[in-house]
Amino acid sequence: MSLSATADLNAGRKTGLSAIPNSLFHSFEWFGELGSFCFQLARAVFSLPYEGKEFAHQLDELGSKSLPLVALAGGATGVVLSLETHDTLVHFGARSLLPALLVVSIIKESGPIITALIVSGRVAAGIGAELGAMKVTEQIDAMEVSAVDPYKFLVATRVLACVLMLPLLTLIADFCGVFFGWVTNTLTQHISFTLFITDGFKNVTFSDFLPSTFKTAAFGLIIGLVACFQGFRARGGTEGVERAATSSVVLSSLFIILADVLLVRLIQVLFP
Amino acid sequence: MTENMKTQKTAPPIQVKRLRKSFGEQKVLDGVDLEVKPGETLSVLGQSGTGKSVLLKIIVGLQQPDSGSVCIQGSETVGLSRNDLTEIRKKIGFLFQNSALYDSLTVEENVAFPLERLGNMTVVERKKRVRELLSTVGMEEDLDKLPSQISGGMQKRVGLARAIALSPDILLFDEPTAGLDPITASEIDGLILKMRKERNIASIVVTHDLPSARAVSDRLAVMRKGRILLQGSFKDLQESKDEFVVQFLNRGE
Repeated sequence: MSLSATADLNAGRKTGLSAIPNSLFHSFEWFGELGSFCFQLARAVFSLPYEGKEFAHQLDELGSKSLPLVALAGGATGVVLSLETHDTLVHFGARSLLPALLVVSIIKESGPIITALIVSGRVAAGIGAELGAMKVTEQIDAMEVSAVDPYKFLVATRVLACVLMLPLLTLIADFCGVFFGWVTNTLTQHISFTLFITDGFKNVTFSDFLPSTFKTAAFGLIIGLVACFQGFRARGGTEGVERAATSSVVLSSLFIILADVLLVRLIQVLFP
Repeated sequence: MTENMKTQKTAPPIQVKRLRKSFGEQKVLDGVDLEVKPGETLSVLGQSGTGKSVLLKIIVGLQQPDSGSVCIQGSETVGLSRNDLTEIRKKIGFLFQNSALYDSLTVEENVAFPLERLGNMTVVERKKRVRELLSTVGMEEDLDKLPSQISGGMQKRVGLARAIALSPDILLFDEPTAGLDPITASEIDGLILKMRKERNIASIVVTHDLPSARAVSDRLAVMRKGRILLQGSFKDLQESKDEFVVQFLNRGE
């Protein structure tokens, strides 16, 4: 929203709408600007030419470079789940259920949400700070006046890279979670990896696996969109860049958790 | 020749009429009228915060005015769609106050950036063109350096090379000599004069550097409180009895 439009809002607040809190105005303003930003993004995504080189660079920057962190987080989740559930299952004489419990909890929820939150922390902060710095140093304006569309070059490439890479990173996190869950389990009582996997995936169907994995594309959209948007809204030097980076992480994590609630329910309805 | 082409040929490169812009309660531009003729350099002088940079950003379409008109070679730019603005922007080069070079790209990549997307050139032709442009501003030795590895004056030179990459008819300079030592500032003035001489480019230079404005301008305009107070040659300014102009020329004394 332009400064003049903000001024109109301020004027509105002063005259008849003083009872409505400022934060509500800011929320309306934020969502309004986000809507306009989404429109610009859609226009950039669905018009030629594409920035293939920059897109490949972002796939590497946002995807490949997040891989070690995601693998580590996935592995740690597998270890913790294995340790936490082992004693309980042994207590109830249901130790044989551990592979199935571990596999289902990782592929249906732990893997996707851990991946999304880890990527949100790493990537959203990076995009928010990078685009925020470009905004306050007029590099985005320079791109506009060079007749190059910054939505195409900066936003579409980053958002699409996030959407594409999140499901792939989730697969890595799922694999590491299951593998290190098996390693932890086999250290207490030996079980072959083949048997562990056969037991674990015995009752898992594609409707358990695919929707949970592909819902992370929506998380990728949230991360890319929110981080680029916050970066483009940065104002006022280094403080503005810091605010853009922080708010990118906070808002994208918050929206991921909210979206997860909705998507889990939607998946339950569509894949009963 | 179509009527539209005739109009474009005879129309002034930049024409600004009754331009108004406010940020909240603060009036930044309050009815600005300006015209720049082909090949002419107009310097806009004024105190910091008088709306000089906002004027340039409105001319290039980075900000929208509250009212008024901006015509580039006879075409109205206020209220244009992004695609139409892109066509107009191909005719305009802009040198930002802090150069605004892309800090993740090398000097060569910065200048090549608009050419890669709009130049319709082969890789070899583009490389040749980038070297020509950097040679024009005396930066052909530093192709592989990042903006952070070169001085402020060198960044301005690279910014200028990028601004002229698409062979614009119009150049806009936002404080081109701000923060530079007198020798480097004079070199930048030399480059602005070279652009006018070699390419017959119409320019607006926004500055509060009087020696620079005097060196590069055909005409000067003094801005105060969002309005053009006076327009004319440097001699006209010196002969003015207006208290603000006298104070401005005498560095506030």
